[in-house]
Amino acid sequence: MAVELNAARSALASISKEPGSKKPDAIVVGSNITRTFGGLKAVDVEHIEIPRGVITALIGPNGAGKTTLFNLLTGFDEPDEGDWAFNGKKLSNVPAYKVARLGMVRTFQLTKVLSKLTVIENMRLGATGQRGERFFSAAFKSLWSSQEDANTVRADELLGRFKLDAKREDFAGSLSGGQRKLLEMARALMVDPELIMLDEPMAGVNPALKQSLLEHVKSLRDEGRTVLFVEHDMDMVRDISDWVIVMAQGQIVAEGTPQSVMADQRVIDAYLGAHHDTDITEIDLQDLEAEADAELDAEKDKA
Amino acid sequence: MDFGTILDAALSSALGPQAIVFALAAIGLNVHFGYTGLLNFGQAGFMSIAAFGLAVTVVTWDLPFLVGILVGMVGAVLLALVLGVPTLRLRADYLAIVTIATSEILRLVFGAVEFKDTFGGSNGLTGFVRPYQNLNPYSDGFSLHIGSFGIVSFSKNDLWSITVGWLLVALSCLVVWALMRSPWGRVLKSIREDEDAVRSLGKNVFAYKMQALVLGGVFGGIAGIFHILKQGSAVPTDFNTTFTFYAYAALLIGGAARVLGPVVGSIIFWFLISGIGSFFSEATGGSDPVIPDWIMTQTQSSLVRLILLGLGLMLLMIFRPQGIFGDRREIAIDGR
Repeated sequence: MAVELNAARSALASISKEPGSKKPDAIVVGSNITRTFGGLKAVDVEHIEIPRGVITALIGPNGAGKTTLFNLLTGFDEPDEGDWAFNGKKLSNVPAYKVARLGMVRTFQLTKVLSKLTVIENMRLGATGQRGERFFSAAFKSLWSSQEDANTVRADELLGRFKLDAKREDFAGSLSGGQRKLLEMARALMVDPELIMLDEPMAGVNPALKQSLLEHVKSLRDEGRTVLFVEHDMDMVRDISDWVIVMAQGQIVAEGTPQSVMADQRVIDAYLGAHHDTDITEIDLQDLEAEADAELDAEKDKA
Repeated sequence: MDFGTILDAALSSALGPQAIVFALAAIGLNVHFGYTGLLNFGQAGFMSIAAFGLAVTVVTWDLPFLVGILVGMVGAVLLALVLGVPTLRLRADYLAIVTIATSEILRLVFGAVEFKDTFGGSNGLTGFVRPYQNLNPYSDGFSLHIGSFGIVSFSKNDLWSITVGWLLVALSCLVVWALMRSPWGRVLKSIREDEDAVRSLGKNVFAYKMQALVLGGVFGGIAGIFHILKQGSAVPTDFNTTFTFYAYAALLIGGAARVLGPVVGSIIFWFLISGIGSFFSEATGGSDPVIPDWIMTQTQSSLVRLILLGLGLMLLMIFRPQGIFGDRREIAIDGR
């Protein structure tokens, strides 16, 4: 596994740093994906490829369209146009539940645990292909109990790994924010996904838990899964990601390894604003006003 | 004032056919609302379509009784499918609007003068109940009393109806219990909590909601058929929206998402409503009433039970929102 991982990583080093660059072994390939909300073009991605077997971070300022892109890729939202494929299978108009069955499972920015179910029941729900979930076999326990037992064993292993075993019989609604993130991640693993997509896994997690969460994300990669995550926490991005895709205003503006991306002028501009390293007291107020006036005039002319 | 009469009225109603009808309807609502989170405000529609399915088949079309039962149940299933296809992909409130409207449309169609030849107009249909009553093994009514102090009493026909009815309730509860402990039931409860989470784990949420809608509708259909069998006539005005909301009241008293919740809720509901009604009727009746005329006349007293029922439901929501069988911890989670 480690050999493969290193191979995948070194392959990334030679990839072009231009937005939408081709990857030697991409798990997700999409092109010309657009989604508008009213007049706002939330996502306008010309080309995107997610490399297999590594951790890819999707970063960008608020409103850059990261979560919308997540929703589009996983079938939770429909694009105006565009097509994308997972492992070569086209996913346009494929409903979200089928996308998940193919092995592309996501978590949510606002954690979605099933509050009134216990932690272990949350986990059991994640298992796929359950005979007991079919209406006509559900009423007869003997038809599904052996499968249920096997699922429970697997669920308990995962709970142990994510240190949630002490909470096994508690309602998921009674967990803390960080524990919910862990539960959601563990539950997604019950589906045994090839690609796991984490939407802001660090949001609302206390610093003490952050480190262990980082380790868990890394462990997903180390067991051979591809990880794509959206994050604002730059430390996390620098720490664990192998590849970084930067979005701003719906478009991909830069790609690259964490080090190269953080040094990229386009990224710094998108994230921090072009004036980020000027002391605002030094900026000439009159210049700023003139700039604003010019912009307003331009708007007027358009109208 | 005769407390024997009051107890007799309360118990006979709580254990009698009326409570059974509401228990069955509420079992269906429990599947919809309690387990799956589907807001069905038109359970009366499922009841009426099954009831008239039976009545029309036997009376108007002159076909055998069992065919009528089959037509009624197929009607309930079809209604669920027709309601579900356009609404289950939308937010929960749309189902509520569509179901309440549909149940009213059905009631008005069944009672319409234009269709008098088929559905019997506002008087409804009679004369389909013979095969059911012929099966009655009882030759006498039943009455339990100590001296002149009545406890409970049923007519011969009611006795047959409660035998069949409680058997149906027991069977329905068994089905619900077996299904809800299974992974299938787990998916329904998860859909109630968060649809998108369930979808993200590879479950076809629409199909599960449809299955739940059909299953609950079938229980509603059984309730409707039992209702017209126990009273011997199918009358459109019986299936108004109050029917649905009384069933909801029964469900909430017992506790939603509990197998026995709707059954116990229905028993309590009818015990109280008949008991209180009988109490006030006794208290205001006679030549020297306990409650004098200037406070309340006997006509007014019949409405007091509904006022008290409303008050009782409010107190229940405040002090025991989980119902009799509910788990307080579950409700506490909502407050977070």
